[in-house]
Amino acid sequence: MNKQAAISRRDFFARVGQGAALAATGGLVWSYLLGQQAQATPYAIRPPGALAEAGFNASCIKCGQCVDACPYDTLKLATADSGIPIGTPYFIPRETPCYMCEDIPCVPVCPTGALDHALDDIDDSRMGLAVIDIENCLSWQGLRCEICFRECPLQGRAISIEHHPRRISKHAMFVPLVHSDACTGCGICEKACPTQKAAIRVLQADLVQGEIGDHYRLGWTIDSPITQDFKAAPDSAAGSAAATGLDYLNEGAP
Amino acid sequence: MTSPGKPLKTGPNGRPVRPFVMPASLGGKLYVWHLLLMRRAVQLGVLLLFVGTVRWGWELAGRPVLTGNLSSSELFGLVPLADPFATLQIMMTGHLPLQELLLGAAIILVFYALLGGRSWCSWVCPINMVTDLSAWLRRRLNISDMFHLSRNIRYTVLALALVLSVLTGVAAFEWISPISMLHRELIYGIGLGWTAVLGIFLFDLFILRNGWCGHLCPLGAFYALLGRLAQVRVGFDAPSCTHCGECARLCPEPQVLNLKEAAAAGMIASGECSNCGRCISVCPEDTLQFRLRYLIEPPNHSETTEPRQRRAA
Repeated sequence: MNKQAAISRRDFFARVGQGAALAATGGLVWSYLLGQQAQATPYAIRPPGALAEAGFNASCIKCGQCVDACPYDTLKLATADSGIPIGTPYFIPRETPCYMCEDIPCVPVCPTGALDHALDDIDDSRMGLAVIDIENCLSWQGLRCEICFRECPLQGRAISIEHHPRRISKHAMFVPLVHSDACTGCGICEKACPTQKAAIRVLQADLVQGEIGDHYRLGWTIDSPITQDFKAAPDSAAGSAAATGLDYLNEGAP
Repeated sequence: MTSPGKPLKTGPNGRPVRPFVMPASLGGKLYVWHLLLMRRAVQLGVLLLFVGTVRWGWELAGRPVLTGNLSSSELFGLVPLADPFATLQIMMTGHLPLQELLLGAAIILVFYALLGGRSWCSWVCPINMVTDLSAWLRRRLNISDMFHLSRNIRYTVLALALVLSVLTGVAAFEWISPISMLHRELIYGIGLGWTAVLGIFLFDLFILRNGWCGHLCPLGAFYALLGRLAQVRVGFDAPSCTHCGECARLCPEPQVLNLKEAAAAGMIASGECSNCGRCISVCPEDTLQFRLRYLIEPPNHSETTEPRQRRAA
């Protein structure tokens, strides 16, 4: 009856090996699947207050309570064929944008904190960032469209209208400009855009936003007065040509 | 088929072994099926509460009845409920969920610790309806297993789910769980999740009997571990048992029907028992009955020689 006793040491190690191999193979395939799933997250526009990608992926339990709470049926849970991690909440702005409820009903019902309960002003949410395709924007063709600007809940702050003079016409162009410091990514502009395919679109900011970096100093944005009295650090006077800043390109040349 | 000359087989208690006979009358059939019907009512009822609240706005005294889904939900907008295994996976990713989720998971944990761990599997889980259909068809079509797989592999899958949650930073099983896909899509709208469900159906039907629920499912494994504390159990009245084997023929986890252990404990003690009650329905001797653990008398060995007086003999 007792099979355990009949197993030789050799069999025992073989079985441990088999089990470990099976678990490792299964684990590899499984984690590959998870990786494939996670790769789709940048394309999802998440509800207001959603944590950054990794935090959101880790904590969302896919219960749909935010979807229940949304009064406009904006939010949906991703199905297996939606190209977005299965079961996570998202919305498609061109179909139904986020109408930026003042009481943000979707956030407090989140049981895990994947939607950050600290969000108390919907204007502070960052669901995405509107981006304008100027080749297809009617305003950039010289028409007086400006619909996105007029529909924008943060009119003048998230989208402003700039005017550009034109060389061949008396009339200036009035073009919309998105400001990332105010745009919430609600997508009302994308919904309202009258072109056949929206010329203004909401994407996750990471996908479209560049970064100047620290190595450029925009002198005109720096508050301290700009002076010409640059002084080399005192220890560089030790004899190097670089100390004077005159000849350092020739340094080390024979 | 017992030939007329041959004496009837008798069980270890000296009684003749009687096979289970399905009653001809509808009333009798309904009695045999009453646990099955109750399980279907609970399974569908829970789903209906979710669907009704989400799609048709069901409310009670101005409060939504049951929002969310089986992963996490809220009863009457007040009581949080959460899948403790999903919660554990989220915690393994390094994210500490809000207290609301932890409380919800604790409530469910205590609920199933009392009601029998895998009671979840056979009374609530929607996949159970799919795999029960597979098992029923399989018995009808008499399909044999393609290969043998240890039923303990589910504990490896369980451990793997937790380890992968740590390594990948996402709740590893919850992200691909066909169980969640099924109830989520039933409640919030159908996508391609049904293909995973179809996969389980075909796997159970053609490849391995009880392949998903009885071998692979880590959620079932989680509840099986919890079931060791279960208070609602299938009680086993050893003296009346004739070892006819009807229970094991239908049981989706036949290894739990170890009659020697059951006689010693007075019940089916294994956490892998899902309290589905199929064995209760087909037991011709009423040996198996739902009992509360603290009411199960420890077996008295001196009694085993004298069969206990059977009620309604």
